[in-house]
Amino acid sequence: MHELAIAQTIMEHVLRQIEEHAYGQVQTVVLRIGELTDVVPEALQFGFEVSARETPLEETTLRIESIPIKCRCDSCAIEFIVSERFLFQCPECNCYSVTLLAGNELEIAYLEIDDDPTRTTTCNPPEQKARAK
Amino acid sequence: MTRKVTVAEKVLSENDRLAADLRERFARLGIFCINLVSSPGSGKTSLLERTISALGEEIKLAMIAGDVQTENDADRLRRAGARMVRPITTGGACHLDARMVAKSVDQLDLEEIELLFIENVGNLVCPSSYDLGEDLKVVLMSTTEGDDKPLKYPGMFRRSSVMVINKIDMLELCDFDLDTAVRNARQINGNLTFLTLSCRSGVGLEDWYGWLRNAVEQKQLQRLGS
Repeated sequence: MHELAIAQTIMEHVLRQIEEHAYGQVQTVVLRIGELTDVVPEALQFGFEVSARETPLEETTLRIESIPIKCRCDSCAIEFIVSERFLFQCPECNCYSVTLLAGNELEIAYLEIDDDPTRTTTCNPPEQKARAK
Repeated sequence: MTRKVTVAEKVLSENDRLAADLRERFARLGIFCINLVSSPGSGKTSLLERTISALGEEIKLAMIAGDVQTENDADRLRRAGARMVRPITTGGACHLDARMVAKSVDQLDLEEIELLFIENVGNLVCPSSYDLGEDLKVVLMSTTEGDDKPLKYPGMFRRSSVMVINKIDMLELCDFDLDTAVRNARQINGNLTFLTLSCRSGVGLEDWYGWLRNAVEQKQLQRLGS
């Protein structure tokens, strides 16, 4: 359910970037999402599609790079990937005291932008914005 | 021509910034803040009612109670004797965020608080993404739920520091295996502190109060030391 809220936050970020840097058409927004975040990619895609309607991001694709959960053992310092069984246990010494190195990410990594002036939609002119609402 | 522009920004950076502000305010005043999370019906409000009755005269308490609709929980806490309660009705949102909490915090007399509970919306998924400026998360589960809950919601159990198992008086009546629940939780988070209790019978509550007293004292000492 909170994917919709997250999708809207992503949109706000990207729209702000477009305005600040006068970017052209944003073709793709690339996200990095850790497997421990409880964010469902399909729900996020759907939330983004719905939120982006009648905005400069209507044609934009959301691409999600999934980041596996990686830990370091606190006693033997070995690094390992936590599988989908979510066993946060060192495969070497079997201890459960491990530090999370990756898997909590929820970030906008980069944008792919098309600066072709014929299809530039930097930001909504005020009248268009009003209509969108 | 398509070009790539690096952003590398956290999606929830605005929430995290507000949470960091709250955390700093709490630290300056020596307020220990708990983000209390669980499924609906595990007993968050019952645990707070008990805590108010037992510690209300001894520790300066305040509560922020979040719910999708109604102020029922806040009403229950007031009836239990809480002096400072702020309800947050999210109107549909499945979690509290730092902005909602900051707004409520502004309506509290912070000088008069030693221990602040934020009772989150009953949900083990969405609240785990939102930092509220708390010192730690306490995750509550109960014997009427499945003992595999930590495995089903690893994100929340990984991010919590304390796991309280409520309704322990009903253990015999339920298909809940305490050892399995603890083992499952440990698999997700080896640093969890475990407490078992019953808000109904009162068993185990002294340990909870003791843990709270100690946490509040440590926070006060930190403030004096800094």
